[in-house]
Amino acid sequence: MTETPLIGSYPSGPAGAPLAGACIGVVTFPGTLDDRDAARAVRVSGATAVELWHADTELADVDAVIIPGGFSYGDYLRAGAISRFAPLMGKIVDAANSDAKLPVLGICNGFQILTEAHLLPGSMIKNDHLKFLCRDQVLRVENNTTAWTNAYAAGQDITVPLKNQDGQYIADEKTLDALEAEGLVTFRYMGGNPNGSRRDIAGISNAAGNVVGLMPHPEHAVETGYGPGHTGTDGLGFFASVLNTLLGGK
Amino acid sequence: MAEISTESAQKFNIDTVENAAATPDVELPWAELGLKQNEYDDVVKVLGRRPTGAELAMYSVMWSEHCSYKSSKNHLRQFGEKVTEEMKKDMLVGIGENAGVTNLGDGWAVTFKIESHNSPSFVEPYQGAATGIGGIVRDIISMGARPVAVMDPLRFGAIDHPDTARVMHGAVAGIGGYGNSLGLPNIGGEMVFDPIYQGNPLVNALAVGVMRHEDIRLANASGLGNKVVLFGARTGGDGIGGASVLASESFDSTKPSKRPAVQVGDPFAEKVLIECCLELFKGSLVEGIQDLGAAGISCATSELASNGDGGMEVELTSVLLRDPTLTPGEILMSESQERMMAVVSPENVAAFEAVMDKWAVEYSWLGEVTGTGRLIIKWEGEVIVDVDPRTVAHDGPVYDRPYARPEWQDALQADTFTGSVQDAGRPATPEELKAAVLELIASPNMCSKDWITNQYDRYVGGNTAMAFPDDAGVIRVDEETGLGVALATDANGRYTFLDPYHGAQLALAEAYRNVATSGAIPMAVSDCLNFGSPEDPNVMWQLAEAIRGLSDACMELGIPVTGGNVSLYNQTGTTPIHPTPVVAVLGKFDDVARRTPSGWAEDGQAIYLLGNTAAELDGSEWANLRGHLGGAAPKVDLKRERELGEILINASRDGMIDSAHDLSEGGLAAALVESSLRNNTGARVALDEVAARDGVDIFTLLFSETQGRAIVSVPRSEEVRFNDMCTARHFPVSRIGVVDAAGGALDLQGLFSAPLDELREAHEGTLAKYFG
Repeated sequence: MTETPLIGSYPSGPAGAPLAGACIGVVTFPGTLDDRDAARAVRVSGATAVELWHADTELADVDAVIIPGGFSYGDYLRAGAISRFAPLMGKIVDAANSDAKLPVLGICNGFQILTEAHLLPGSMIKNDHLKFLCRDQVLRVENNTTAWTNAYAAGQDITVPLKNQDGQYIADEKTLDALEAEGLVTFRYMGGNPNGSRRDIAGISNAAGNVVGLMPHPEHAVETGYGPGHTGTDGLGFFASVLNTLLGGK
Repeated sequence: MAEISTESAQKFNIDTVENAAATPDVELPWAELGLKQNEYDDVVKVLGRRPTGAELAMYSVMWSEHCSYKSSKNHLRQFGEKVTEEMKKDMLVGIGENAGVTNLGDGWAVTFKIESHNSPSFVEPYQGAATGIGGIVRDIISMGARPVAVMDPLRFGAIDHPDTARVMHGAVAGIGGYGNSLGLPNIGGEMVFDPIYQGNPLVNALAVGVMRHEDIRLANASGLGNKVVLFGARTGGDGIGGASVLASESFDSTKPSKRPAVQVGDPFAEKVLIECCLELFKGSLVEGIQDLGAAGISCATSELASNGDGGMEVELTSVLLRDPTLTPGEILMSESQERMMAVVSPENVAAFEAVMDKWAVEYSWLGEVTGTGRLIIKWEGEVIVDVDPRTVAHDGPVYDRPYARPEWQDALQADTFTGSVQDAGRPATPEELKAAVLELIASPNMCSKDWITNQYDRYVGGNTAMAFPDDAGVIRVDEETGLGVALATDANGRYTFLDPYHGAQLALAEAYRNVATSGAIPMAVSDCLNFGSPEDPNVMWQLAEAIRGLSDACMELGIPVTGGNVSLYNQTGTTPIHPTPVVAVLGKFDDVARRTPSGWAEDGQAIYLLGNTAAELDGSEWANLRGHLGGAAPKVDLKRERELGEILINASRDGMIDSAHDLSEGGLAAALVESSLRNNTGARVALDEVAARDGVDIFTLLFSETQGRAIVSVPRSEEVRFNDMCTARHFPVSRIGVVDAAGGALDLQGLFSAPLDELREAHEGTLAKYFG
């Protein structure tokens, strides 16, 4: 693991670890907050984090992309509604839909951007209690066959931080039924629905399984001492999964 | 647009310096702008003529209480005077800059500061609290640092007063809405309810930032020919007169609403500004930088110019406006948020503009640094301000306000809780004691604050090693080494009301103890002094005594004050708030992995009580619950605090303890419950022996607020070593119990056993009950 300077940007060069050849891009929009955290999670898992800027017109040579959390453009319009028009988003959408099936993970605001970009169905509205909520959240892994969840056991419960204002997942009944029928509900909230999300849905994937979006934050549960309950590292599975996908051809 | 601007030019620009000199008898609205007669006379004397309208606007805001510290300056000097060379050794930047800077070692430095945003938060709680966070964060950026966390000590009126809900919902949502959007973890603070704050809620905000030594930036404009630039949000009509009018006068119901004087925040603009400034610093593209807070451009230009080595000349029509009808005076006074002013050398202009363009931040070049020693401000080329910047920024009035110990102070201190009417029927039986503990932990001040802290992001940044409700917030600074900082803020208005000198020391002692309890070595202090009107001699005495007490205690504990803020006029009519000096202490960890959490975790570990307990119920939460306030504040023993701190820090460093929790408000009863509920892990505790040792009854042992105490849990394998360390230091220590993970209860043996579920229900239901 290389040092992350708190000032300025994180390093993007090869880290020298065995998995360092896998390059995972982390996109920064104006107002993105958890980009440095997502990059750290990539490095903790042994891969190399690559800084991507929303205004870039070419997708650098990356093997996967994470769209991290935050309040891009302040969420002043609708969360993710402006970011989806960023030049880089067009490239990401094309790569995700191409035969190469670029793995894409959207976390929190990133999930909102993925729905706005129509890579994933549905949308997020304000939490039903109308407040920002930060808490350690138990999730059930409903689908462990995606690019970002194959390191988990099916039905496994994991604990990762949840923190958002607009986290209530909604879609029409037909879409929800289709998600359920096709096994595309990837994560469900356990121990009480924190925000009124339909059918307790915390995260979903596309049919190919390369695009996953969820509201909770796996990148905040990757280091002992900094995750849920001071010890939780359940989020590491996301990053192990994508490395499985990239290196093992899963 | 052009037409409006021409119109406004004609309407407002006639008052040039030339015009002012020619028309000495023109009446100016100095009283409406908050200046007193003697102060206006001083302005005229300094200038040798009457001020122009624009100059009057500048002097009125910069000479306000809020900006000039005119009532407290003579007393605040003690923070700079009562300092030893030893205390200065880690201080890289002291009082007077935007925030003090402390050396952390390994080339790292940390800057932190606490400030008030009280009056705006009462008028408009959401925006008031939000912009409080915004302002303190910009102070941290101006030093060259990346902000890494915020904290917010809050004090509101009675929990069941209808207006408290308005302030509570607004302020908490504002702090969350702004802080969460900046990506800054909120790692702690305080929440106190007391009717004394009903019309004067206290919303204080702390921010902390870190930087490499070489990145430290100061607010000065030097280098002849360097360019002056204003960047960030556009200037609007919000907050005009906020500093001079709002923060410097008491609320009076007969005057018109001052709502427009509160600024409106845009956290997205601030987040972009943070990243953009850090990129400027990284490229060494600015020579000096200053944030725009109270008094806006007036403050930024006059402070930058007077801290530099020359003068400054700016063209005010170059300022980008949201509202084109603003007058020159209003532009100078506007407190629009999310703005910064920088001094850039000509060769860096292009690079500076490239960074602005990358982040889509608006900027305008206003002028340049000159060698005249004068601050010249022009409006379409005509001089409307021509002043020595020092007279605006630093040579404001200083008052030696009369102060007197209140006549009622003796009677107040003689009215002790023990034996009072309110003390009748003091709990004694096991049933009564259990009911008392449940009542205490469910009370507004002692209940769980999850309702608030769950609205704040404590994870963002990925460096939060501890956050509320642990004793201190802990942030990792260097991922490689684990180097980090701990922060705690504390104050007790009731103690300070009973005894301002010692009350201020108790605030410092508690914050110091909290930092040490987390395992960090206390290093520096920032304070936010919230008081009533300095024009009341009794309040002035409270302020003078608190500053004297705090500065003496800092000297004794060996930690310097590096910055802070004074908030006066917190009173409704003639009733001031309790004197409330909020003290923040910053500590250092060589490795935050060594931090000590407050909750019990491991079954079978021994629980020790450090320190003695005396009968000190005056000013306590228990007395407060019974409606009593009188007597003597708990005794201050700073030598004892220092010894306790050393024990807690060494025990943490050497792995002798797995948890530690300080005893403060609510005493041992509150600490035991909090340590058991933190991880839902109970304990068996026996108190008879320690009560006998200290000569107090069980009620007193549980509810007294004697200082210099903590409870720790010690692994069996470390007990001998831990005991030996305490004994060698002659520090009182007593084994009072054992962690019992399976029992599911806090079992006070021989008294009562309280199931954790029952304690949790009492502790966690209160805020939701009142605030939904």
